[in-house]
Amino acid sequence: MQPAISVSDLSKTYGSGFQALKHVDLEIQCGEIFALLGPNGAGKTTLISIICGLVNPSSGHVAALGHDVITDYRAARQLIGLVPQELTTEAFETVWDTVTFSRGLFGLDKNRAHIERVLRDLSLWDKRNTKIMELSGGMKRRVLIAKALSHEPQILFLDEPTAGVDVELRKAMWEVVRSLREKGVTIILTTHYIEEAEEMADRIGVINKGEIIVVEEKVKLMRQFGQKRLELYLQEPLDEVPAALSNYHLELAEDGNTLVYHYDIHSKRTGITALLQALGEAGVRFKDLDTKQSSLEEIFVSLVQEPQ
Amino acid sequence: MSAAMSFESIKAIYIFEMRRAGRTLLQSIISPVISTALYFIVFGAAIGGRIAEVDGISYGAFIVPGLVMLSLLTQSVSNASFGIFFPRFAKTIYEILSAPVSAAEIVFGYVGAAASKSVILGLIILGTAALFVPLQIDHPFVMILFLVLTAVTFSLLGFIIGIWADGFEKLQLVPLLIITPLTFLGGTFYSIDMLPPLWQKITLLNPVVYLVSGFRWSFYSASDVSVWVSLGMTAVFMLVCLVIIHWIFKTGYRMKS
Ligand SMILES: Nc1ncnc2c1ncn2[C@@H]1O[C@H](COP(=O)(O)OP(=O)(O)O)[C@@H](O)[C@H]1O
Ligand SMILES: [Mg+2]
Repeated sequence: MQPAISVSDLSKTYGSGFQALKHVDLEIQCGEIFALLGPNGAGKTTLISIICGLVNPSSGHVAALGHDVITDYRAARQLIGLVPQELTTEAFETVWDTVTFSRGLFGLDKNRAHIERVLRDLSLWDKRNTKIMELSGGMKRRVLIAKALSHEPQILFLDEPTAGVDVELRKAMWEVVRSLREKGVTIILTTHYIEEAEEMADRIGVINKGEIIVVEEKVKLMRQFGQKRLELYLQEPLDEVPAALSNYHLELAEDGNTLVYHYDIHSKRTGITALLQALGEAGVRFKDLDTKQSSLEEIFVSLVQEPQ
Repeated sequence: MSAAMSFESIKAIYIFEMRRAGRTLLQSIISPVISTALYFIVFGAAIGGRIAEVDGISYGAFIVPGLVMLSLLTQSVSNASFGIFFPRFAKTIYEILSAPVSAAEIVFGYVGAAASKSVILGLIILGTAALFVPLQIDHPFVMILFLVLTAVTFSLLGFIIGIWADGFEKLQLVPLLIITPLTFLGGTFYSIDMLPPLWQKITLLNPVVYLVSGFRWSFYSASDVSVWVSLGMTAVFMLVCLVIIHWIFKTGYRMKS
């Protein structure tokens, strides 16, 4: 199947000489929720802006469902809806008027039923005759989403949709995104909140300093890059790790009540069997054990960290 | 690439812009009407009483076309420059840039709306003038042609200024430092025959002279320069603006980084 978005060898150097994107290759499949995860300044907004036509690329190509975003921009842009990072709205327009304007801009005839549906889905229907400037920040964000959905896009970009948004609204936003995906909309969201990527995404692309470091299914990413830890709950607390066990780089936790062992799930030998045997020989007894996967947060930090 | 124009898109921008003007209707009509009335009182009645007829026309009637032009030029420039500057400033331009609209459609929408507003205003001022002096319009079609051509041309110029300006100061600088002086020196309140010969030559470098002169011809069949030269100069000026706007969209100047 044709990818919803395909980015090939895309680079961007701003007028200031700053290189914000370096040879980015990326394919986003139809119907998925893709999270572009990266710290501030990584180049997320730049990438989205080039795809949506707000920034000129320095080199490389982008296509939306096979339509080049520059040479075939009408067809490409018709497919795409964009919710920008900043709350950039009109002030004096009503919600209804601004959403209707957006639809008109995309060359579509008035479709009151569709706009009503969009406003209802976003809980904006009651506010349809309210001037935008009278709305709260969270409501303004919804207005931006409504504008982006006014022309029934197949691909929706959400640039940091929940930045600076309270927990409740964030959850509501996630619901909106999920219901859009159920309707078949491909969703690309950028975020620097790891929980958000973890909660929402089917696949995650990690971007740092203008480079895509990894693109992987969320589950695989967590499995592939995540270390596992084995926690042993001891019958009697230890003051220090017995010298006989020094090869295993164990950690003592919970006031000496827990021994922690880190291992890589992909290595042929995880060393668990040997460890348990060694524990027995050293006379360390435990009452229970547990294994834990490192969180996406830990993976993310290890990926974007500078090599020491 | 589809070549066809999207009229829905143009209409959306046009209506949006006209509605924006509608919200400040009173202000955008009353202030030019009052200043026109003041010009008539000061120039027409007070000074005009001491000036003999110009080109066989009473001074009060003589200044009508110039006054209409004065408002038409300043309003076209300020309407159009503000129209495109504001979305850049408020960053709502992202929506225009990410929509499937061509440069031509954007220009048609913004410039069309700005020009419409100033033509309407020009007609209102003409109506105001009629309260002070009896109006005589020998060539109404040419009059409308000049009105529309000038409004469009100077709205194009305003569009360029609105793209170029990176702050409100610059937005007001050009109208203040260039448009207003050129209009005052462009024969609004006098015939250029009244100037010393050297100044007559210099004045001919001022594009506004051709607009005012041609426009005045459509009223009284008398002009400083031939009406064809006037039309030609307006067309040339419009072409220059179109070339600059073409370049702006081609390079993304001040719109896309
Ligand atoms: N118009 C611009 N001119 C110069 N540098 C820019 C411009 N826009 C963004 N940058 C720089 O490019 C880098 C990436 O920015 P951005 O794409 O906004 O990152 P993110 O969205 O991931 O936070 C940042 O270092 C930023 O300062
Ligand atoms: Mg950003």
